[in-house]
Amino acid sequence: MKGFASFDTVLERLSVGRLWDFPGGVHPAQEKSLSNKEVIKNLPLPEYVYVPIKQHIGIDSELLVTLGDKVLKGQALTASENPYAVPVHASSSGLITAIGEHPAAHPSGLPEMTVTITLDGKDDAIATQGISQYKEASKHDIISAICNAGISGLGGAGFPTHIKSNTIKPVEFLIINGIECEPYISADDRLMREHAWQIRQGIDILHHLIKPKRVIIAIEDNKPEALETMSIACQQQSEYHVVSVPTKYPAGGERQLIQVLTSREVPSDGLPIDIGCVMYNVGTCFAVADAIIEGKALTQRVVTVTGKAIDKPQNVWAKIGTPVSHLLENSAFDVNKQAYPRIIMGGPMMGFTLASAKIPIVKITNCILAPAAKELPSVEDERGCIRCSACADACPVSLLPQQLFWYSKAKDYDVAQEYDLFDCIECGACAYVCPSEIPLVHYYRQAKGDIRAQLHEKEQAEKARIRFEARQQRLESEKQAREEKHRLAAQARTKALNSNGGGAKDKIAAALARAKAKKSAQLQPSEDSVNDGASVNANKEKLSPSETASATKAEAKND
Amino acid sequence: MTKLQVASSPHHHNQRDTGAVMRLVVYAAIPGIAVQTYMFGYGVLVQLALAVVTAVVTEVVILEIRKKNTERAVKDYSALLCGLLLAISIPPLAPWWIIVIGTFFSIAIVKQLYGGLGFNLFNPAMAGYVMLLISFPVQMTAWLPPVSLTIQNVGIWDTIHTIFTGYTATGFSIAQLQATVDGATMATPLDHIKTALSEGYIISEGLNNKIFNASMGVGWAPVSFAYLIGGLVLIKAKVINWHIPASMIIAAMAVSAVLSIYDMSTHASPWFHLVNGSLIVGAFFIATDPVSASTTNRGRIVFGALIGFWIIVIRTWGGYPDAIAFAVVLMNLAVPLIDYYTKPGTYGHQNKVRNMAKPSPAKKSQQGDK
Amino acid sequence: MTATLIALAIVAFIALILGAGLGYASIRFKVQSDPLVAQIDSILPQTQCGQCGYPGCRPYAEAIANGDEINKCPPGGESTIKNLAELMGVEVKPLDGAHGVEAIKKVAFIREDECIGCTKCIQACPVDAIVGAAKQMHTVIIDECTGCDLCVDPCPVDCIDMIPLHESTSNWKWDFSQTQVGDIPVRQSL
Repeated sequence: MKGFASFDTVLERLSVGRLWDFPGGVHPAQEKSLSNKEVIKNLPLPEYVYVPIKQHIGIDSELLVTLGDKVLKGQALTASENPYAVPVHASSSGLITAIGEHPAAHPSGLPEMTVTITLDGKDDAIATQGISQYKEASKHDIISAICNAGISGLGGAGFPTHIKSNTIKPVEFLIINGIECEPYISADDRLMREHAWQIRQGIDILHHLIKPKRVIIAIEDNKPEALETMSIACQQQSEYHVVSVPTKYPAGGERQLIQVLTSREVPSDGLPIDIGCVMYNVGTCFAVADAIIEGKALTQRVVTVTGKAIDKPQNVWAKIGTPVSHLLENSAFDVNKQAYPRIIMGGPMMGFTLASAKIPIVKITNCILAPAAKELPSVEDERGCIRCSACADACPVSLLPQQLFWYSKAKDYDVAQEYDLFDCIECGACAYVCPSEIPLVHYYRQAKGDIRAQLHEKEQAEKARIRFEARQQRLESEKQAREEKHRLAAQARTKALNSNGGGAKDKIAAALARAKAKKSAQLQPSEDSVNDGASVNANKEKLSPSETASATKAEAKND
Repeated sequence: MTKLQVASSPHHHNQRDTGAVMRLVVYAAIPGIAVQTYMFGYGVLVQLALAVVTAVVTEVVILEIRKKNTERAVKDYSALLCGLLLAISIPPLAPWWIIVIGTFFSIAIVKQLYGGLGFNLFNPAMAGYVMLLISFPVQMTAWLPPVSLTIQNVGIWDTIHTIFTGYTATGFSIAQLQATVDGATMATPLDHIKTALSEGYIISEGLNNKIFNASMGVGWAPVSFAYLIGGLVLIKAKVINWHIPASMIIAAMAVSAVLSIYDMSTHASPWFHLVNGSLIVGAFFIATDPVSASTTNRGRIVFGALIGFWIIVIRTWGGYPDAIAFAVVLMNLAVPLIDYYTKPGTYGHQNKVRNMAKPSPAKKSQQGDK
Repeated sequence: MTATLIALAIVAFIALILGAGLGYASIRFKVQSDPLVAQIDSILPQTQCGQCGYPGCRPYAEAIANGDEINKCPPGGESTIKNLAELMGVEVKPLDGAHGVEAIKKVAFIREDECIGCTKCIQACPVDAIVGAAKQMHTVIIDECTGCDLCVDPCPVDCIDMIPLHESTSNWKWDFSQTQVGDIPVRQSL
């Protein structure tokens, strides 16, 4: 049972400030002081906002608006009955001038369905109604208010907050993540310093919903001001522990932070709730307080605009959907300071480079980073791996990146999975330390993508096979059914002939005789040629024997 | 119109590349080389120069043939380091062609033919050493006594003359140079003890010789200590992990302790094994070659311990006085197996029984506030 | 002479015993594996396109089991040939060009306003991926379409196109060399 600390052990160690540690980790230069000195600024409104209709992990929603609609700030643009869907809202007032594809805030830069709003500059908000006495409200009302406000994890993954909060499993620790371990980023730091009280309100609401035994607010020790303000904001709550965590990347990873605080490990195929923990980002808590107390939807977030190619690095309140170019313009971005144009969305360790400056800020965007020429130099071509295992020493999940690299590169995906490829959290610590400058994470991502695609193909093939076989079977059974019908019909005829005995035979003979008579009559011009029966019988003459039989049968029935 | 460039994260990289790592190892070897030069004469430096030139030239030529980026490969200093390790392992006055053949073999055959840096199965320097030892046993064991014990004062010119012609400028042969003041031929401490044991002496009698000073080989022990300092610096600078040196030295001392407890008279003490011969330089500089060693930390403990074990076994019962090269090459073969069985436990895979709630039978979570 | 005979007898006896043992073992420890056809079928991509000359993947699997060439499946391409070669224990060979070339995956798309509702494509589809009825507009279920191409020829008004599968952020595979990224000017809106 080593490693799974009981609630009391955790509490005891928390109270004396003795935390655990996670293996590996790196200490890149922080550079947070570039942007964390000044208060979060409000920017002038952009001309357009581009709101992607899906900004979370889960299911797409349906559009509520059409081209040409006027929308107000906070008005929902999408809705869905599905619990895994999260709506998006207009982040300012204006006219919907396009609904279509726009480059997405995604590493690929591929287009995604996006609502373009041409702002009218008035920033008029829709009327809102908060639940000020949330303690008296039902849990269902609070959860749906969180969902309707469009809140999904602001820390990076974008998991729907209302789903996380709607847990029925017992929770020991509600963990509030104020770690912000990525270098450069100071959005959460500034938010905690300036809005500690509102974050505290958000925590209170989540506490009311989840009813944990304890709340742990974890902040890295490189943010003493945030630690102080949060401690003051939470001082009346004896169940809240504000904890200073030693600075080490990636201490802010969900699983790593849980390990640091409780020494518990989230099962590889499980969720934090399985070990009695739930985690929220401080930004999410802030948004929850807005949603419940004021009824406001999530339409803006704090974004750090930094890097040494930015002359005025700062934190700003960015409306969801604001194009990155607007933030750069308003922070004095100097492209001439860059060796080549390069903008990173997110931090230097896990962020992705943008393909277009028109890409919008989304709910999970915490940083726009514009490095100068000598800053964050792009690596040269990789050299051969010398198996020095610096990567293994840096890996926070105790993988063997050197082996994963070997098998991923060789496309030996079965073995790569044996080495737990899918437990990689893509934190980039391995590639950061690699002396051969191998883009390790990139190899893992490609391998994971290939494996997923292969699985998908396999599933599709299986589905196609089943459908093909089902169709073959159907065609076969249809054919059989047809044959069976013919067989039965033939049988019935024979039976009819036999059961009626000579009578039927007589009838046939009589019919034949009649036919003969008609035929001979036809040959005689005096006979009435418009006689219906005659023409029918004449036709019968031309029919094939089997059809004659069926025609005969019809006659027999008429009898 | 400028375009944004895209790349995969991380965009941050620490500035220690392969070249820097290899350079640090070279720097760390400097104290050892200095002491070795002081103790055994300029031959060490001459061999070093020959080895480095051969190594780099061989590497460049082969990379040109393989149409690889020569400049980048040379800048990783791996060839230089390989030549260095081989040069400090051979007798300082060995003929020039010994080191040239050995280095060429190391780089061309053991390293490049296997695919270059990172793909070699064996430690190039040690495989080269083994090849030399088997092919040219006489030249490879002709160690001169430490400078303080020789009669002839071999200057730098004499050294170069000897390495290239076999005789000093004044006409002495290596065999003559090996003689000490009293005319007895001198061998390395390990050689000496081995010979003494085979002649029926016991350890304490063997140690009663002027090449020993309290069971430490004169000249040899200080070299070992100098390399120890360099090695500790390497651990401190996180160039190498402690696992291999520690487990190798502890295992070697443990095995020799058991043997010497069993029979003091025919088995030398752990201390003797530690300070004489190449155990320390081997533990810190040779067995730690990352490419051919085990790549997991647990595996490194096994790898190092088994090398230590083989060193004592071969020193005790083998035909050669020292064993680092054989032990390392032998264990290189076992590395894939060691690696396979010493995978570290991945996060989230060890606590199947510890879950307080039943794990949801669900998909891998991508959820997480960063 | 007798010694030779005895020796021969003993050898024959031993051979008999061992042979019986082997025979018994082969029955007693017989490994039940999937029939070969099913194994081959599971490797084939199940597009049911018939480019191999057989009406579907399963018939081709049967043909391979009976000794046909393994390189007649363009949708499966190189990887399928490799897997088949491994299973059948034969040499890997290049794709037989007579049956088509390996191409990117496409799906059928019916231009619905041109569709006359003749149901010919519905009858041609090997996996029932087209829905519709007589005199009604037809449409393709993208998720079920294997891209076999068989519906294109029967269409009397040529309203079916084969279009490459749309690449989106959800199926993108971290390959910068194959996406259009980096081609968009930075300063477009600056």
